[in-house]
Amino acid sequence: MTSSTDYTYKMKHLRRIIERIVESILTVSGAITSIAILLIVVFLFKEGFGLFSSPSVEKGYVLCVNADNTIEHLNPYQIKKIFDSEIENWKELGGADEAIALFRFEEIFNHYSDEELGEEYSLLPEKLGEVIAQNIGIIAFVPEKYAPKDINGVKILPIESITLSDFFGGKEWMPTSTPSPQLGVLPLILGTLLVSIFAIIIALPLGLGVAIYLSELADERTRKILKPAIELLAGIPSVVYGFFGLVVLVPIVQKTFDLAVGETALTGSIILAIMALPTIITVAEDAMRNTPRAMREASLALGATHWQTIYKVVVPYAASGISAAVVLGIGRAIGETMAVLMVTGNAAVMPHSLFEPVRTIPATIAAELGEAPSGGAHYQALFMLGCILFLITLIISITAEVISKRQPNKGL
Amino acid sequence: MIEAKNIDFYYGDFHALKNISMAMEANTVTAFIGPSGCGKSTFLRLFNRMNDLIDGTRLTGECLVDGQNIYSKSIHVDELRKKIGMVFQKANPFPKSIFENVAYGLRVNNMGDKSFIRQRVEESLAAAALWDEVKDKLKKSAFELSGGQQQRLCIARALAVSPSILLMDEPASALDPISTSKIEELIHSLKKDYTIVIVTHNMQQAARVSDKTGFFMLGDLIEFSDTKKMFLSPEKEQTQNYITGRFG
Amino acid sequence: MSRKVSQHIAFITFRLLGSLVVGILFWILGFIIYKGISVISWDFLTTAPTDGMMSGGIFPAIVGTLCLVIGSIIFAFPLGVMSAIYTNEYAGNGWIVKFIRVMTNNLSGIPSIVFGLFGMALFVNTLGFGDSILAASLTLGLLILPLVIRTTEEALKAIPNSFRTGSLALGASKLQTIRKVVLPMAFPNIITGLILSLGRVSGETAPILFTVAAYFLPKLPNSIFDQVMALPYHLYVVATSGTDVGASRPIAYGTALVLIAIVLLINLLATFLRRYFGKKVKTN
Repeated sequence: MTSSTDYTYKMKHLRRIIERIVESILTVSGAITSIAILLIVVFLFKEGFGLFSSPSVEKGYVLCVNADNTIEHLNPYQIKKIFDSEIENWKELGGADEAIALFRFEEIFNHYSDEELGEEYSLLPEKLGEVIAQNIGIIAFVPEKYAPKDINGVKILPIESITLSDFFGGKEWMPTSTPSPQLGVLPLILGTLLVSIFAIIIALPLGLGVAIYLSELADERTRKILKPAIELLAGIPSVVYGFFGLVVLVPIVQKTFDLAVGETALTGSIILAIMALPTIITVAEDAMRNTPRAMREASLALGATHWQTIYKVVVPYAASGISAAVVLGIGRAIGETMAVLMVTGNAAVMPHSLFEPVRTIPATIAAELGEAPSGGAHYQALFMLGCILFLITLIISITAEVISKRQPNKGL
Repeated sequence: MIEAKNIDFYYGDFHALKNISMAMEANTVTAFIGPSGCGKSTFLRLFNRMNDLIDGTRLTGECLVDGQNIYSKSIHVDELRKKIGMVFQKANPFPKSIFENVAYGLRVNNMGDKSFIRQRVEESLAAAALWDEVKDKLKKSAFELSGGQQQRLCIARALAVSPSILLMDEPASALDPISTSKIEELIHSLKKDYTIVIVTHNMQQAARVSDKTGFFMLGDLIEFSDTKKMFLSPEKEQTQNYITGRFG
Repeated sequence: MSRKVSQHIAFITFRLLGSLVVGILFWILGFIIYKGISVISWDFLTTAPTDGMMSGGIFPAIVGTLCLVIGSIIFAFPLGVMSAIYTNEYAGNGWIVKFIRVMTNNLSGIPSIVFGLFGMALFVNTLGFGDSILAASLTLGLLILPLVIRTTEEALKAIPNSFRTGSLALGASKLQTIRKVVLPMAFPNIITGLILSLGRVSGETAPILFTVAAYFLPKLPNSIFDQVMALPYHLYVVATSGTDVGASRPIAYGTALVLIAIVLLINLLATFLRRYFGKKVKTN
């Protein structure tokens, strides 16, 4: 007797402990998405912000000028212009009126023989110093190891980090350019916005039209077939859309507009519009169907036609839902990677028109991350792009949420 | 002048109205009473073809308004509804300003210019006994009004397009007693200009506002006569039972 | 009557738009099926690519995708379901739940390429899994977590409270109620959500670019630390980087068709299950 009650007591105790354990496991998993977001933020920003302590010239190299040169700093864009011979006089940079003479490290071997440079090039820095000291307009790009330190007549430009304004204000994206990688994100941001916004301009009237058709005009049977069909559109993988765009749309765009290449911003916008349609249609249609019957009846009872009722009552009533649909559609378009990568031509230049190739942020990450050496400025810049994308979509999710909560006052 | 001749109405298989005939004269108030689900609202909604909006319904018989069958092919439903105003059970103002609510019918029917609309809105609000209460806040959202005011706004909205007939589907059922009495006073004063048909579940209300009363039960029109007569000496036993509260 | 005319024009426009969008859908599907169907053969499905992927089949890519689908589900499904149970059954309606819900919403809005970046930084580099099935499964699992959570929550919400109170009133504990009453009833809808997320995983490319995907790897994986090929990535590679477009296009069409077929079948299965179980619940 006693042993059996003892046993039941123990069982009950055990069960209670198990319940506690399960409950705490559930609690932890409840927090998992919050933890995941936190981790994403930490890792993206940790890698990304490393960019702003990366040197603005290639790692392990320095720039040297003549000691009489008054220039103290050069930003990455100026360095690139100098080495592309687009800036040829120091006066353009605020220095003395002196022609710029480019000196690349290899050229030292034209000036001196191996013997003169000493054993294991021990005399190389010294000789380098001589060359630089002789030429007032010179700028030399040399490995830090052989830099002519503490030699009269030579000034080694301080190694600077890439700045926020280099990154966000830079108009050139050439991460592999030497001596100074150009990590200006402006062309990518503008390319992304151009493609996405034009996609929405195409998709919004189409999507709204179809939503109106589905919610107001189509009979029940048509609706029951069409709606799942449109939801299927949403399920097709983006790489398939990209492939379709590549083999079908690209030639069409090229022929229609008589372009050199069919891979343009416009092609990307069309594909993105098709991809954003299901989201816009579904959300907008739900919003319109939520317009209370009483509103429609009131309008019709006043002699309004069905169409007047739609655009004067139903659409305004569903306005918040429709705008949420638009915002979500933009969000999807901005983040879309594969389809855009495959059809926009990926030229990382400031976009000038819809009929030229552009490069979006996600496409850049996808195309370049594989080639960027881990931990380098390029790699960190790609993570920074990820941060930008993350922040944009975060803002968009929150906006969509706020908008869709702002339902019209339903009165009583 | 409204006339219904041998009306039968079906929701799918459900026979909602059974062979109903009655005539309502101009500038009178006719009330329909009866227990829930008796068909009184369905009958009312036949006259501005509101039942068209429900799928799977079927109608036989004739509905005449001023001698014209409103279900004939030559009738434009929108024009018909303009001529026959309707007030619903629950106030259903649009999420627009007070002014725009009243102006809505004028605008969708292309009736008049700006100054006409302004004038008509004021007249309608005055006719609905709401003008004094809202004249300083015409731009405010209609939802800021109280329930009773909203319902009067809906009446003003219906009046604005100058209908000749006003259908009211339990217009006071969601309102407090004070608002209800205001609506009832309004019905009295509107009678001289409009033909009013009102559905109500409240027998005292029917007795107070109407000239004639029809009593419906399970899709049948049991009795239709002068209101006074109906309430003092009903002909049918079912009417007697309903009025004295034995069911319903 | 001019407003009659404008209604007429508007409605015709909308009908046209409706047919246009449906037309686009059938165009895309029809095009892929038409071009791909002649490529599909038993050999195509069961052999490895040869000749620099200009001939041969896609077997390793199919196996790879299968591995990733299973791997991500093993990770995301239990976590997602438990998370949904917590927020729906335990946590009440306080700020914690609201916060979690906002986070879940936001997680579902993050572009898939960002998941790819994150997966590379955390799983591949920091945790040292390398390019592997494990790293990609975890990344994809995270990607579909919001979907699993949302569908599970909806399934749980659909169960009337009376069942819970009924069970509790009989002296069952909360956990027993969830296990014996709530979960069995919600099961069909939870499974439907699970199937939908399978469809999502099998089509994703961006997150696996840097976490697992192999350009060309004709052998099958031995462990979860191996790289694999995957259908979506294979399609991307074959479509964009072939040296001889004429030779590799048919392979691309075939791969696209297989990919679409998998995704559509999964979606149809989910739709069918939802209808089937929906009816069953109603007749009960």
